[in-house]
Amino acid sequence: MAEFLQQVVSGLATGGIYGSLALAIVLIYRSARVINFAQGEMGMFATFIALWLIDSGWPYWWAFAATLVMAFVGGVLIERVVIRPVEGAPAVTVVIVTIGLFIALNGLAYWIWGGETRSFPSAFSTRAIRIGGVAFSIQDFGIIGVSLAAVALLFLFFRFTKVGLGLRAAAVNPAASRLVGVRVGWMLALGWGFASVLGAVSGMMVAPLVFLDPNMMRPVLLYAIAAAILGGLESPLGAVVGGLVLGVGLNLIATYVDFVGETLQLPFAFVVILGVLLVRPAGLFGRVAVRRA
Amino acid sequence: MSQRRVLLRAARFAAFAVGVAVVTVLPHWLSDFRASEVAYVGVYMIGILGLNILTGYTGQISLGHGAFMAIGGYTTAILVGHHAVRDLWTIPLAGLVAGGAGLLFGLPALRLSGLYLALATFALPVALPQVLKKFSHFTGGGQGIQIFGDPDYTGKGYENVHVLGQTLTFNDWLYYLTWTIAVVLFVAAWALLAGRAGRTFRAIRDSEIAATASGIDLPLYKTLAFGISAAFAGVAGSLFVLVSFSASPGSFPIVLSLYLLVGAVVAGLGSLWGIVVGALFVQYLPAVSGHISNHAGAADVTRGVILILVVLILPAGVAGLIRRAGSPLTNRAIRRS
Repeated sequence: MAEFLQQVVSGLATGGIYGSLALAIVLIYRSARVINFAQGEMGMFATFIALWLIDSGWPYWWAFAATLVMAFVGGVLIERVVIRPVEGAPAVTVVIVTIGLFIALNGLAYWIWGGETRSFPSAFSTRAIRIGGVAFSIQDFGIIGVSLAAVALLFLFFRFTKVGLGLRAAAVNPAASRLVGVRVGWMLALGWGFASVLGAVSGMMVAPLVFLDPNMMRPVLLYAIAAAILGGLESPLGAVVGGLVLGVGLNLIATYVDFVGETLQLPFAFVVILGVLLVRPAGLFGRVAVRRA
Repeated sequence: MSQRRVLLRAARFAAFAVGVAVVTVLPHWLSDFRASEVAYVGVYMIGILGLNILTGYTGQISLGHGAFMAIGGYTTAILVGHHAVRDLWTIPLAGLVAGGAGLLFGLPALRLSGLYLALATFALPVALPQVLKKFSHFTGGGQGIQIFGDPDYTGKGYENVHVLGQTLTFNDWLYYLTWTIAVVLFVAAWALLAGRAGRTFRAIRDSEIAATASGIDLPLYKTLAFGISAAFAGVAGSLFVLVSFSASPGSFPIVLSLYLLVGAVVAGLGSLWGIVVGALFVQYLPAVSGHISNHAGAADVTRGVILILVVLILPAGVAGLIRRAGSPLTNRAIRRS
């Protein structure tokens, strides 16, 4: 039982990380019907910047905050410079551009920081605390807290501010929003900024667990994609819940199903993607889209 | 048929004939090592050809064609390495196996919009290496499978090959093998795309709704395009393994799939004429960008930036350039006559 609880909690921690990245993907998908395949690499790049700040003597949380600001600016810039010109182009075209970003950012990280793996400091102690006789890692709780706080802050922003309302309006009906004075183009750019912040959070949270290198986010991106599809690409809540379910599920399966173990976790996520597409394409929380013919 | 079309067709046949002639005599001027390098160009050409049928002509994107190359490659590696099957016979078999896998994969993934397909195909090459490591009994695990016996073998001085009364060095043999198949598949793709199936594919690409309204069975043709495209990738993977003498989980990384896409975009989606350039780009970009900077990652930065620039500035790729450069010529010729 103790092992089970430990696995659930550490699954929630990794699940929170997958959920943040999945939410980033869903944010951009909802606003522009685009999948940003570079989302993970953007998070990786931000994490390298955070490490650089920490190594130059910044306290962890200052570096954390500064990285989020830079990630936001970077996300907005990327949207303005390379995504804006292909706005309204076929999905295939935009996907190709984000793949270009993926390759270029990965190469740039190799160029600047090299390919060796580095350890990334954790904001939280890896000591264990005992709750009800079961030892839990403080770090796991910290990761869960940070991921959920990021998601909650974003929710409050979208729900209770005027800019948030504009962002939602631009996503639901761009043409009508433009008529009532919402600057839809800038809303898309802001959406990229927020998604980039979420990616940076997931990068900085996962780095202490898996070590930092330019390819760090590839498996995380696959899990995030699986989480987003599981929850329904349309649904922000679904992305977070999908991430948590996937994190816990993968952990339990790795522990209790010998055949899958650690090695088959990635293929398992792939099976989840195909399974959901086959059985319930709209995901757990998505609505079935009715296409106008 | 208008005069212009006759002229265009003649120009195409001439270009094709010149291409085949160049491919035939090229090894005379190439060192043995270069011959095997150019053999890889043929391999990538086949892969890009398959991807172009899917993405360029049918409008469905695949970010995981490296995985179908892996399936074809492992088919060859297992049959040659473990069961001592003659290498030549495994090539069509690799195409069939990969094509079958593509059909199976396409069934769930293609019911939905192109973005879902992109997501699902992206997951394929990320997940596949783990599967290959797990079932090490068949796949040799992380070590992979060495074919042609000697694992330390570097490719030089391998016994000569006798074909059709000619004696070739082993690398020249690999060169002719890949390029013969590449040319045959190029013609096959050309014929396929010029006919009914090609017309149907393009109708789907241009408007799925209009295609459905004209009575096209959308899932059938999309899955068919995916299967054919995967079969091309399978043949490419099989040849890749034959040229590199081994198959391992690291032979087919996720970036291979993305590089194929880069090659297809550079070549020009929806046209076959730039494909050689796309394949050359995939093979020689690291060497060329190495002249500018030797930093790790410089090649990828160049690749990524070029990919984005091509999409933004030159959406039709090299093929579009060729067409643009060629059209005044044909126009002038017609006017003069």
